[in-house]
Amino acid sequence: MNWFTKMFNSSIGQKLIMALTGLFLCSFLIIHMVGNLQLFKADSGLAFNKYAVFMTTNPLIKTVSYLLYFSILFHAFKGIWLVFSNKKARPVQYAMVDGKANSHWTSRNMGLLGTIILVFVVVHMSNFWAEYKFGHVPYARYSEDIQTGEMLEVAEMPAGFTMANKMEEIIEGRVRTVIVKDLYKEVSVEFKEEWWLVALYVLSMAAVSFHLVHGFKSAFQTLGINHRKYNGLIHFIGVWFFGIIIPIGFAAMPLYFMFK
Amino acid sequence: MAFPFALSLFPKPFTKMSGNMNLTLKVWRQKNTNDKGKFETYKAENISPDMSFLEMFDVVNERLIVEGKEPIAFDHDCREGICGSCSMYINGRPHGPNNGVTTCQLHMRSFKDGDIIVVEPWRSAAFPVIKDLAVDRSSFDRIQAAGGFISVNTGNAQDANSLPIPKNDADESFAAAACIGCGACVAACKNSSAMLFVGAKVTQFALLPQGKPEATQRVLAMVNQMDAEGFGSCTNTGACSAECPKEISLSVIARMNREYLSAQLFAE
Repeated sequence: MNWFTKMFNSSIGQKLIMALTGLFLCSFLIIHMVGNLQLFKADSGLAFNKYAVFMTTNPLIKTVSYLLYFSILFHAFKGIWLVFSNKKARPVQYAMVDGKANSHWTSRNMGLLGTIILVFVVVHMSNFWAEYKFGHVPYARYSEDIQTGEMLEVAEMPAGFTMANKMEEIIEGRVRTVIVKDLYKEVSVEFKEEWWLVALYVLSMAAVSFHLVHGFKSAFQTLGINHRKYNGLIHFIGVWFFGIIIPIGFAAMPLYFMFK
Repeated sequence: MAFPFALSLFPKPFTKMSGNMNLTLKVWRQKNTNDKGKFETYKAENISPDMSFLEMFDVVNERLIVEGKEPIAFDHDCREGICGSCSMYINGRPHGPNNGVTTCQLHMRSFKDGDIIVVEPWRSAAFPVIKDLAVDRSSFDRIQAAGGFISVNTGNAQDANSLPIPKNDADESFAAAACIGCGACVAACKNSSAMLFVGAKVTQFALLPQGKPEATQRVLAMVNQMDAEGFGSCTNTGACSAECPKEISLSVIARMNREYLSAQLFAE
């Protein structure tokens, strides 16, 4: 075995893989959050639909998205594999374990929390990602005044309407007409009609919160970053940003459409 | 009226003295490594709160011997918290309910009269049970032998000013060197990981000038041996450090990770 495979096959190297893919997924959450905040914009979804087109056509983003799919799969399956191989290190279990005396519940249940998140990711991607990519998302037509920015008309395109591109933009005089795949509609209808889907989303965001409260700072420890000057900051970002703000922001989206 | 007073000078041997406790023990009994093992229940009677947990076991064992039964095997040596021999998993925690102590330093005043106490051996694939509560911790010895030493004799202490060592490094190294190799970290970890132990040994040497020249080979060899012994990997729960009788910090694991990764990536 050369040094490279030796490193990644060692117990520390395997944790390194979990830490690096995990932190990459954390960075993705920020981008995903910022983009999706456009769902709250009162423009009948024009900005969000344009953003969806950009995210699925820009070559740089497409390249990074393959790295993202790979990271999700690798992080999930390596994690599951680690849970089972770690179980082998204790073939006879204790009759009595007082876990809460020495560690947090979240840190002991990363596998369980991760599994909930994996199920969520599958449901989430089949709902929107696969639907957008392979399904029949309807088109919508937006007309706006270029000078004032005022929205003149929003209309659904007739059922069965399709075109080669995800978006076309026509400017006639002062009026800009945009015909675009209406993912916004898809999102708003799904969350309006399926209460159980909203419940699954909110529950999953709780799992994300608990997973990241431990996971974010744990990744730094695995990378060997444990420094008196920075531990407080890492802990703060892990708890407040990834553990509270990000999950609440994401959970607010389905709830917003449910009660809209 | 002197009669009852005189009687009280000779308390009956098996009656409970005031303040003493009667306890129920559920103890893991296992004849040898290959035996399946099971829990047995014992009464520990008239136990003084000032006894250590091991002295309580001595009382139980003496009675078992009188009754012609096999005493409970458990590891112990110095009984003053520095040898790392005692190794009982008590009520779901290594070395019992108190932090920063070994089982020999755990006193019965930490329990109440009538308590039921569950006592198990360290459980890990890398720590096979020898008998009852005694486990084979030679996997730690093999990790230590793989690199936890300095190859050359460092000789007498030099003049203090000839080898300047920053105070923080000396303190951190000394804190790591407090590890007594008891294995509570492995016992506490949900993955049976030995990283706190190995981290402490790596840190102890890595920070001092005598240990630095071999730091690279040391961390590679010790981690390699740790993995070969069948310990699990680290999930950073912090249970090891919380249960460590010497309160070794989790930062030793970060240092080991750092030393290991930079050794693999950059050492020629």
